[in-house]
Amino acid sequence: MGMTMTEKILAAHAGLESVKPGDLINAKTDIVLSNDITGPVAIREFRKLETEKVFDKDKVVMVPDHFAPNKDIQSAQQCKELREFAMEQNLTHYFEVGRMGVEHCLLPEQGIVGPGQLIIGADSHTCTYGALGAFSTGVGSTDVAAAMATGEIWLRVPESIKVIVKNKPKDPWVSGKDVILYLIGKIGVDGARYQALEFTGDGLQYITMDGRQTIANMAIEAGAKNGIFPVDELTKAYIKDRFKEDYTVYESDSDAVYSMEVEIDLADLTPQVAFPHLPSNTKSVYDIKEDIVIDQSVIGSCTNGRFEDMEIAANILKGKKVAPHVRLIVIPGTQEIYKECINKGIVDIVIDAGGVFSTPTCGPCLGGYMGILAKGERAVSTTNRNFVGRMGHVESEVYLASPAIAAASAITGKISSPEEVK
Amino acid sequence: MTNYQGKAWKVGNDVDTDLIIAAKYLNDASDENMREHCLENVIEDFANVISPGDILVAGKNFGCGSSREHAPIAIKAAGISVVVAKSFARIFYRNSINIGLPIVTAPEAVDEIDHGDELKIDVDTGELVNVTKGKTYKTEVFPEFIKEIIAKGNLLNYVKGQVK
Repeated sequence: MGMTMTEKILAAHAGLESVKPGDLINAKTDIVLSNDITGPVAIREFRKLETEKVFDKDKVVMVPDHFAPNKDIQSAQQCKELREFAMEQNLTHYFEVGRMGVEHCLLPEQGIVGPGQLIIGADSHTCTYGALGAFSTGVGSTDVAAAMATGEIWLRVPESIKVIVKNKPKDPWVSGKDVILYLIGKIGVDGARYQALEFTGDGLQYITMDGRQTIANMAIEAGAKNGIFPVDELTKAYIKDRFKEDYTVYESDSDAVYSMEVEIDLADLTPQVAFPHLPSNTKSVYDIKEDIVIDQSVIGSCTNGRFEDMEIAANILKGKKVAPHVRLIVIPGTQEIYKECINKGIVDIVIDAGGVFSTPTCGPCLGGYMGILAKGERAVSTTNRNFVGRMGHVESEVYLASPAIAAASAITGKISSPEEVK
Repeated sequence: MTNYQGKAWKVGNDVDTDLIIAAKYLNDASDENMREHCLENVIEDFANVISPGDILVAGKNFGCGSSREHAPIAIKAAGISVVVAKSFARIFYRNSINIGLPIVTAPEAVDEIDHGDELKIDVDTGELVNVTKGKTYKTEVFPEFIKEIIAKGNLLNYVKGQVK
């Protein structure tokens, strides 16, 4: 019986010839990630073990990004714990404020993650790196503590769902965000629970590496363990000057077994909006007939904080003004993206339109800071979750969409398709 | 210990980790802070209205969303002895096992449990008794490997033997 990409990567890291869905394995980890929220808890647990050093200082990565730059005294304390541990352990990949970015934008950009790897992170959106052909999944702080000590993780081998992406988009505004929102709308927030979402098909050639990262990033919003893409020419071009290690390209066998197949026809796809309070509550932007007046538009996060996202938003905002009652908050994912935005005039465009351009942080996405919603307020956001109270008051609302829709909506002051501001 | 008995507190489907413990409280991971704000927007004053040992009963996909281990920590700190659900989101599932919060998957039983029912659960054998309704259910039992982690109390105790 053939194996899927996910099964092959897991088998290789568990030292096994083959694995099948449902097997419980102990696998070696290539990267173990945590942040300023989950890291301190992992460090507290790590200290309980009879070991002083992490298993490999090159493979344990820490990024203070959620409440950093420190939003308050308690957050400062947590960042300090992370920093002191990183210094004590002499970690190669610790990113201080000024060098840090939103972790899932930062690690691929810096060449820390690559094809064929097994990556775990105490952050649910660790599944992002599946865009590069890696097995990558979110775990908890105790998992990270154990993996920091042993270099291993226990995993249940997931069933795989085959997502066949076909044809070329006809709508010029369709992006990776629309693919994943549409899929979650179709299969539900637990439609891929415990399973791998494997993307395949001729349509993938039209989805950029930034777009693929957006798609893999939100695999967790369908309950998936991981999202994974084949390694193709686009992947190789992306990692060429970044990822310096030798890597193995794993391909699914033609007789690999899938629990389900889902087809997405890019030619029929339109820009999507997920209404409160679940990412599965999706609708085509063209089907929204009522005026959904917004107070805030957020463009950024580990889902849509990459350069392409900034560029799409800027092209729509150029020469336009943000509606008087709207706060537009643009947050690039990393310092490198920030610099590119300066060099390409994107920061000027955002500021001239009446928006703010922030230093990288997860900030508002999880209701941390830098754009909290008051009671009854409504935001359109390129982030990944629209749960009750996610971005602020328990009676506030978040609508999830692409950078194109978030930018267009900032101009009109209501949820709008980019067609409306052309 | 694998036997638990307590009163049922019912919540719905897709209760996410932001509802279990909102991100704004994650700047202080102390048990006291976690306990105080656990499920506060789902059941008013949750931490103070429940009695130690009570049982949380949820619909499908309980604990979806973030990887924050603070979620099972908060439920444990609030005094809940075991969580019964139709299904669990996967990171919440492994976090609960790893920190030693007992969880039970029991779709049929959940449908028939009403808020306030007295429940008895043996996590080891998978037997769940709804004492109020006088009904017994067989629930999913854990694989041996996970039972070993549970027997040790948590993942760290389990890996202690392996770390040089």
